[in-house]
This record gives sequence, structure tokens and C-alpha cells, in this order.
Amino acid sequence: MDLRLPIGIIFTLYGLILIGYGFFTKGGEMYSKSLGININIIWGIVLLVFGLVMYFFSRCGKNKNT
Amino acid sequence: MLNSFVVPILASVSSSAGGALGSGLKFDLDMVDWSILSIYLAFVIGIGFALKRQTKTAEDFLLSGRSIPGWITGLAFISANLGAQELIGMAASGAEYGIMTSHFYWVGAIPAMVFLGIFMMPMYYGSKAKSVPEYLKMRYDERTRVFNSVSFAFMTIFSSGISMHALADLLTALVGWNYYGWLVVTSVIVLAYVLKGGLSSAIYNEVLQFFMIVFGIAPLAYLALKNVGGWDGLVTKLQASPLGDGSIHSWAQTATGDNPMGVPWYGIIFGLGFVLSFGYWTTNFAEVQRALAANSMGAARRTPIVGAIPKMLFPAIIILPGMIAYALTLDGASSGYAIPAKLDANGVAMLDSAGNAVMNYNQVLPSMILHYFPNGLLGLALTALMASFMSGMAANVTAFNTVWTYDLYSQMAGGKKTDRQLLNMGKLATIAGIILAMGCALIAAKYNNIMAILQLIFGFVNAPLFATFLLGMFTKRSNNAGAFWGLLIGTSTAVAFHGLSWVTGNGPGVKGAWIAQVFEYPKDLSQSFMVAIVAFSVTFVVNAGLSLACKRNKTDEELAGLVYSLTPKQLSGQEAWIMRPAVLGTIVMIAAIILNYIFW
Repeated sequence: MDLRLPIGIIFTLYGLILIGYGFFTKGGEMYSKSLGININIIWGIVLLVFGLVMYFFSRCGKNKNT
Repeated sequence: MLNSFVVPILASVSSSAGGALGSGLKFDLDMVDWSILSIYLAFVIGIGFALKRQTKTAEDFLLSGRSIPGWITGLAFISANLGAQELIGMAASGAEYGIMTSHFYWVGAIPAMVFLGIFMMPMYYGSKAKSVPEYLKMRYDERTRVFNSVSFAFMTIFSSGISMHALADLLTALVGWNYYGWLVVTSVIVLAYVLKGGLSSAIYNEVLQFFMIVFGIAPLAYLALKNVGGWDGLVTKLQASPLGDGSIHSWAQTATGDNPMGVPWYGIIFGLGFVLSFGYWTTNFAEVQRALAANSMGAARRTPIVGAIPKMLFPAIIILPGMIAYALTLDGASSGYAIPAKLDANGVAMLDSAGNAVMNYNQVLPSMILHYFPNGLLGLALTALMASFMSGMAANVTAFNTVWTYDLYSQMAGGKKTDRQLLNMGKLATIAGIILAMGCALIAAKYNNIMAILQLIFGFVNAPLFATFLLGMFTKRSNNAGAFWGLLIGTSTAVAFHGLSWVTGNGPGVKGAWIAQVFEYPKDLSQSFMVAIVAFSVTFVVNAGLSLACKRNKTDEELAGLVYSLTPKQLSGQEAWIMRPAVLGTIVMIAAIILNYIFW
């Protein structure tokens, strides 16, 4: 099993969930906790990028690493 | 758990079962948080099931058939150490000692990990030993193996129990629901994925957990640092605090023990950097086992060195929030945050002699998460705490079932067992191990003090073992009598010394002096370091003395591959020069020295 695949998938999912939730709750009162920053969207983007990179590598190395 | 003796978390994360973690410290979870947690749980179990097909023999189940790539074993190596106690304990130490906490990383971890990879792994991996006790059997004899297997088995079960208790207690306080419910649910999940995919499943999941922990905790450092006015803002606040300069310099205040940790530079270097750190990282089978599962000698040697790279950077996401928590607390009401106070039996905040609330440092991490994280991120952080608990737990369980099956069971009743028998016993040991650990958790919930004493004592088990390995791996002369009596006498001395030493301000009890009050130390840490140094020295002297006085038991031929001078040197393999353990190890060491210099 190439471990990069499940890691890629789970963090892509997390990224999408946080970004979606972040948009949904935009400007909400709870963001006063995170200093007025919509940290869900920002961190969601970070997780999404990491997840996609892992997923991409797992597809690239498919023939080499099984 | 390197910090189990440093931060006796048991006694203070919670005061009793059912989680009297302080009022107001409660996560208000939303649907989004629960979905994040559920997805994680589905993935860890899924990975276990996906690996089930590859897990057919006892070798597959207990040893992963030596098939795992180096980057995976490397991250698993560090994840196995990243238990919930490590996270909570190191954030707590960040608040209590400031930047000096980084000594647990840049002095107390990196050098030992690099040493293990470069100098010890050729013998560990090359000897084909299945476990640390089996190496002791090859190098010395059966009684040393049995001594080590029994103490290790006991210790892993016990520490798993303690962390299960700590987690169940924490979850009950943060999320609600039920202490016993959490205890059962978290254990059953670990049991499920270990039972399905064996060691490979534990290791693969440790890598997933590693990323979960990093991504779940990292935003805290960012938000907290922004809030406190950046690094400069933090330094200004800490300099003005009672901790003073000592909290922002790792070495500058260590000429004497008059610093936040209460330990002078030689105590840090010899006690923490040498004895405790090398003892933990180089002889603890729960760690070494990850490297033994690697698919080649090169990968095995790189395992601890690869793990050292993230380890070096953890202070930024774990210690830093702790330091900021302390600074914000001193700012008073204007900051809106304060480290929760320790509560007495009646739930009233305890006060020190100056009338200030006594801080409960173990609540630093959960309370900071609660203070800064909105829903969404909150679920991610809760998942990270759960992941960190599971990685530590699974590491202990997989190490326990291997030692039990290969070092104890397979030697019993006439030796020779079939692979089927070993596999079945391995699975049975996994189930039994988790049930026993749950038993320990319940004892911990009921008899906090007994468990705290044991926990402290187990902190010293590795120091005598390290002396034994040092002589065994690097001298041909060390013999069987020296190894066995050295370990036995060294370990007993450690226990006795702990019972005779005490920390100023503590009466006789859990933290020492339960025999008599003889040796006094200014802080918990200086006492711990001293106990370890004594244990190491006694073992070393007894082992060396008996080895010189009595003849060798094994010839050079018998010791080939077991002693450094009799092990063929690894010529460079196919790997690129940068991937050679010596080169990679040197780079990591230089980076660690630079970090020490920057935060001098």
C-alpha cells in the first residue's frame, strides 16, 4: 500500500470541509476567538494543498512504489 | 515516554476519575468537529483492514517482515514518541520553564537519535534480532534477556494504562460523555487496527497520526504569537516576568542551578543529554522496533535520523504556545487568557505563599486550544489529541506483543513453536495487553499515588539498560555476569535512591523520600537527572568491574555483528551520498547546534 494515497485523500477532504465550513460561517462571532481571522478558510487551504501534493505524489510513484 | 518522569501528568491533568479538570474548560463541538473526528477514525481502521491481506505470518504481524520504506519508519519513529503526554507535558513545560524546555529536544533527543542511527543500528538491524531483549540474549545470555523482557513488558502495559487514563479523563472533561465510555472506545479502535494489520498497521497509522498532530496543533502557535505581539512582544513580556531572562535563553543562565529548570549546564548535558536521552532513545524497544521494520540496513539507520528532523522543529509548535500562555497569564485580565488554576479537593483555586493562584500547567494546551480555535479547527485539534494518544498506545502495544511472543512465550515449555502458534499468541497478547492496560487505567483512576510512584520509577529503567548496551555494543570484554548483575544492582539502586532523595518543599511521598529524607534537590528535574546518573554509573561500574574480574564468555567469532569493532562497516550502498546515515546525521547535528546557538 502506498501510504501517500490515504494521507492525500484524508487531508484533501479536511481541506474541503474546513474551507466550506469557513465560507458558511464567514463573519461569524466565533472568529473573534481567532483574532478576527477566518482561520478555517486559511488552514483549510493549507490542508487542501498538502493533501493534493500527497495524492499527486502517490499517483506519480505508482509504478515505482507499490 | 521521555517526559513521564519529568511531568508526572497523572497527578495533575486531572485530580480524579470523572475529570475534575476545572470548570469552564469545555469544548463546544459542532457537527463539523464531529465529522472531522469520525473521518479520522474511519481512516485509521480502514488502514488496518487494507493491510490485513499482507498480514499472514507471525513475522508479518509482529515484525512487518522488514518491508517498510525508510521515510515511513522515520516518521513512525517520532510519532511513537509523540503521545498525548508528550504534547500536553511539553506545552506545560514551555509555560513553566520557558525556552529551556527545548533542551528536551535539541540536547535530550537529537544527539541520541543520530547516535542510534549511525553507531548502534548496524548491530541492532544487522544481528537480525527481533527485539531489544533478543539482542541482549545474543550478546549476553538468557537471564539478561528475561530480566529486560519482563521489566519492559510490565512498563509498556503500565504506561499505556496511564496514558489511557489521562486521555479518557481529558476527553470526559473537554467533550463530556462518560469516562468509561471513552476508555473503551479509544482502546477498541487501537485494538481493531493493530489486530487487523499488526505492526505495519501501527506504523502506517503512526505516520497518518504524525501529520494529524502537526496540522491539528500548528495553527495555535501562529494565532498565539500574533496575539502576543510576535516574537519580540513575547520576549519583552517574559523578560519582565518572574521567570526573567532564564525563560528566553536556553543556556545563558545555566552556570548554576539558578534558572527556571533548576539544573546547571553539566546536569543538562550529562543527566538529560547523555543518560536519560540515550537511555530512552537507544534502548526503548517501542522506538527501536520501528527501525527494525525498515526494508534495508540503510533505511533502518536513517530511521531515527529522519525522525530527528521534525523532532528538531517541534518546539515551535509545542513549547512556543506554552511560553505564550505564561506571558498572557501575567498580562492579567487585558489578555483575556489565564492558565487555569490548580483546584483543591473542594474545587477552590489553590494559592501560593504570595497569594497568587497556583497554575495547573498541564491544562495549558487544552485551554489555549479552547481560547483560540473556532469550531472546525477545534475538531481538528481534538482529533490531533486523539491521534497522539493512539500513536503512543499502538507503539506500546506492538512492542509488548512482540516481546511477549518472541522473548517470553516462544522460550517457554520446550521452545520451538510453529508460526501459527506464534501468530495466535501475538494476537492474543495484543488483546490481553490492551485489557491489562485498561486495568492499569482503572487502578490509576482509583489509586493515583501508587501509580505516580511507579511512573516515576519506570522513568529510571532505561538508564541502567543504556550502560549495559554501551559496554555490550562497544567493548568485547563485557561479559554475562557483568550485564546481569549490573542491570539488577543498577536498577535497584535507582529505586532506592529515589526513595532517599527529595525535592525542597515536598514531604516524603510520591515524589521521593518514601524511605528516608537523605538527599535534597531544588527541583523535580534536578532530582530526576540525579537518580538517572546514579543508576547509570552504578550499572556501568558493576558491569565493567565484573567483566574485568571474570573471563569473557564469548569469543570474537561469536560476537561478530554484535559488537561495533567486530561488525563489518557499511560501505556506501546505492543511495545518493546525501542519504548516507553519516552524512545525514552530521547535517542534523549541525542544525541542532545552530538552534542551540540561536536561542543561547
